[in-house]
Amino acid sequence: MKLTELVQKLNLSVRSAKAHLDREVTGGYASDLLSDVLANSKEGNLWITLQIHQNIVGVASMKDLAGIILVNSREPESETLEKAEKQKVPIMVSEMPTFELIGMLYSLGVVGTKQ
Amino acid sequence: MKKIRADLHLHTCLSPCADNQMQPTAIVKQAKNVGLDMIGICDHNSAENVSAMMKAGKREGLAVIPGIEITSREEVHILGLFNTEQDLIHIQDIIYQNLTSQNDEQAFGPQLVVDEYGNVVGKNSRLLIGATNLTIDQIIEMIHQWAGLAIAAHIDRQRFSLIGQLGFIPKGLKLDALEVSNPLPAGKEYDYPVVTSSDAHFLEDIGKSYTCFMIEDTSVKEIGKALRCELGRMVVSN
Repeated sequence: MKLTELVQKLNLSVRSAKAHLDREVTGGYASDLLSDVLANSKEGNLWITLQIHQNIVGVASMKDLAGIILVNSREPESETLEKAEKQKVPIMVSEMPTFELIGMLYSLGVVGTKQ
Repeated sequence: MKKIRADLHLHTCLSPCADNQMQPTAIVKQAKNVGLDMIGICDHNSAENVSAMMKAGKREGLAVIPGIEITSREEVHILGLFNTEQDLIHIQDIIYQNLTSQNDEQAFGPQLVVDEYGNVVGKNSRLLIGATNLTIDQIIEMIHQWAGLAIAAHIDRQRFSLIGQLGFIPKGLKLDALEVSNPLPAGKEYDYPVVTSSDAHFLEDIGKSYTCFMIEDTSVKEIGKALRCELGRMVVSN
């Protein structure tokens, strides 16, 4: 499934890199420990987190993730947005808490990557 | 110039996760027994036992540095070490304004405020193990405003560390040093000075890791000079 479809179906607010939502999502990864995301997420994954620090963009770039969804209506810090725009990393905001959001993603066919 | 053995990150019975035997006299005696010249007291998000610790240090003849371990909103632990207890109290005020939840003693443990002899004189009711609403940058800035040293705690651990929480060290942080719990492996280097401390929560862990400074006296000013390698002050191998 492509990011654009998910944005529509889950009513996500796109905060950065609006021109880069055409990408196919390979699966999902959820974690708020960025070192864990570096270690275990996979290329093309959609990352679900509540961290809003600018390092989330660095992690997404390094792992070539499809995008980041912030849960619970958390807004990215301004430095985070600037960086995300520059590095073309889509950041989206959901009103849902992590558990509900992932449940929805799963039912739409975005699943985790078994280790 | 003297070689000073310092363990700059110890907890007291104020930290809910620390052993209740972490009392001023016992801490100071244990620190002296294991050959330390200087200790730093860094409880989680509070400094209410620092005064008692400094009195016990004075009585027993051990340098005690007033400090605190602050939890940022990213759940990164940052140590602040200060010249005076008064400077630290200003920091504590700001932290308390940004730390609103209450402690659950059953779940996390008691937060005992003691006098220099270990008599319990009160309990802190705030959720000291909680995260403040302050960013890492804000915390570093306020530590510097009160002439303190800002050190990223235990970066070689997963939980609550700068690298664990944020994956890598963000560019441009104005940290004075990084702290590790175990000496760095040979060849491992960072863009910041590195200190080693125990982060002891139990008496027997005091001094398990420590840092040696070549400095003139046991003050935060001198530690700062050593971290910046000024005027012959430096961090030396143990």
